[in-house]
Amino acid sequence: MSNKKVTGKVWKFGSDINTDLVIPNFAIYMKREEQPAHCFVANRPGWVDEVKPGDILIAGTNFGVGSGRPIGDVFVDLGVAAVVAESFNGLGLRNCVNAGLASLPCRGILDAFDEGDIAEVDWGTGEVRNLTKGTTLTGQALPQEIQGIVEEGGVVEKLTKEGFLA
Amino acid sequence: MGMNAIEKILARRSGKDAVKPGDVVVVDVDTAVSFDYGKTNIQKIHDPDMLVLLHDHVVPSPTLSAANGAKAMREFVAKFGVKNYFPVGRHGISHVLVAEEGLALPGTILVNGDSHTCSSGALNCLARGMGPSEMTYIICKGKTWYIVGPTTKIVLEGTLPEGVYPRDVIHYIAGQYGDFAGRNLEWYGSGLEAIGMDGRLTMATISAELSVEFSLFPYDKVLADYLDGRAKRAFEPSFPDEDAEYEQVITINLSELEPQVVLPNKVAWNAKPISQVVGKHVDQAFIGSCANGRLSDFAIAAQVVKGKKVADGTRFIITPGSQEVMRQAVRAGYVETLLEAGAVVTNSTCGACYGGHMGLLADGEVCITASTRNFKGRMGSAEAEIYMGSPATVAASAIAGVITDPRTVLKVEELA
Repeated sequence: MSNKKVTGKVWKFGSDINTDLVIPNFAIYMKREEQPAHCFVANRPGWVDEVKPGDILIAGTNFGVGSGRPIGDVFVDLGVAAVVAESFNGLGLRNCVNAGLASLPCRGILDAFDEGDIAEVDWGTGEVRNLTKGTTLTGQALPQEIQGIVEEGGVVEKLTKEGFLA
Repeated sequence: MGMNAIEKILARRSGKDAVKPGDVVVVDVDTAVSFDYGKTNIQKIHDPDMLVLLHDHVVPSPTLSAANGAKAMREFVAKFGVKNYFPVGRHGISHVLVAEEGLALPGTILVNGDSHTCSSGALNCLARGMGPSEMTYIICKGKTWYIVGPTTKIVLEGTLPEGVYPRDVIHYIAGQYGDFAGRNLEWYGSGLEAIGMDGRLTMATISAELSVEFSLFPYDKVLADYLDGRAKRAFEPSFPDEDAEYEQVITINLSELEPQVVLPNKVAWNAKPISQVVGKHVDQAFIGSCANGRLSDFAIAAQVVKGKKVADGTRFIITPGSQEVMRQAVRAGYVETLLEAGAVVTNSTCGACYGGHMGLLADGEVCITASTRNFKGRMGSAEAEIYMGSPATVAASAIAGVITDPRTVLKVEELA
């Protein structure tokens, strides 16, 4: 039994979900607590009012393409439990992992789920179950070292514990 | 089995004999670049001499928040004794500045809190962008990690035709091959010899839009000449082993290319030959950013607009990538030519590229830009459309007021 298992309702997004959609240009310099309200306002206005803590975000290829904007912080603050995408942009992935957000690349994920299905994501092993449809597929779990960053709650948590940050 | 140039840097800096795709490596970082906002929460740092601090996205400060961030940066510089600091007046876009100042060096590992850091790959420097919290981690600890990705070898052959530029090459690759998420590019081929550092920096910068991990150019005569007298430290370039492993080889004949325009909202799989979009009205034309804010970009723009006027109903903005680019563009007369044509030449900043403190697009407007990115809402309104082209395409479009093939306005004799 993995302790890296989360279960939640699925929200589906397409490919090339970019950083500027998550944190629009006008929100870059807002305080962290003000940013989540503007997530996806250009492509899916109203979503931030519908997403609930524990929900799971599913997306297509090239998730998180774009800038260094800390997209993981926004999803963590919205209570998103995990992001599963066909593929991740490297910087997008780093910003999710460094925020302590469970992240899993998984080919076939878009076809395996309809929006609103319940997913059980084991980001330790890579196994993803669609509890609504009774199907299972296996993603490419991140290396153990990288999973460790998520387990520790992200890098800021780690640095604070170690006395680097005030 | 041999290693390619990227794998050899990762092996060297992680203390391993060899690395291969799929490995996770922890490396010592050589250079860490941070901008605008001083990190006030950091109590101790790894090494002040690995840091390069500067101002680019919000310079001179357009808001009180930015002004206080800049003040915090100056306090950070003083507190930790950072030598490589570029205050307002010596400022420039980070990726332009680290190349100009000889701080991004072959065979070294560079990180920066901006996504276009892969720009320094043009200098055979293993460089990629990091997020803000990871930059804090690296400043504190001096280390980071990479998952070694598979590498595509790009081989350029032939010569770019008149009116076609390195910017068009990287657009062509985006249009034909899409994204390279989790993968690397290494650039070689006889066609590269005629492409100077400005063009290589453009292609390396826009590699970010292909979602590459790293985009690495070779240490050849062009690069060696550029670094001669400029490099601030000794360095050891990285060359691939003769039996290096590549996931695939893409060969491009430059002679066959035509100008390529990226359509709005995304870059991967979204570029078309310019013939498919000519005639589209543009409200704004922009040249600048870490991609195309260098002297050769000013030269091309000035050449295209010389003796002409920007079209009524179109704004033309051009932004140098650094104070040094501005000085050189003034000396060469490019700035005067552009001003005479009705262009706006601005201070060096990231500015309009990311919908910063100027040059925003209104609802329903159309922009043609030689900057980095065309995402929905990127340059202002989410209801605006952003097309991307080479500086020549942008300048030609500014004069015509519609997207224009630069080959129709550039005469061969003017190109001499």
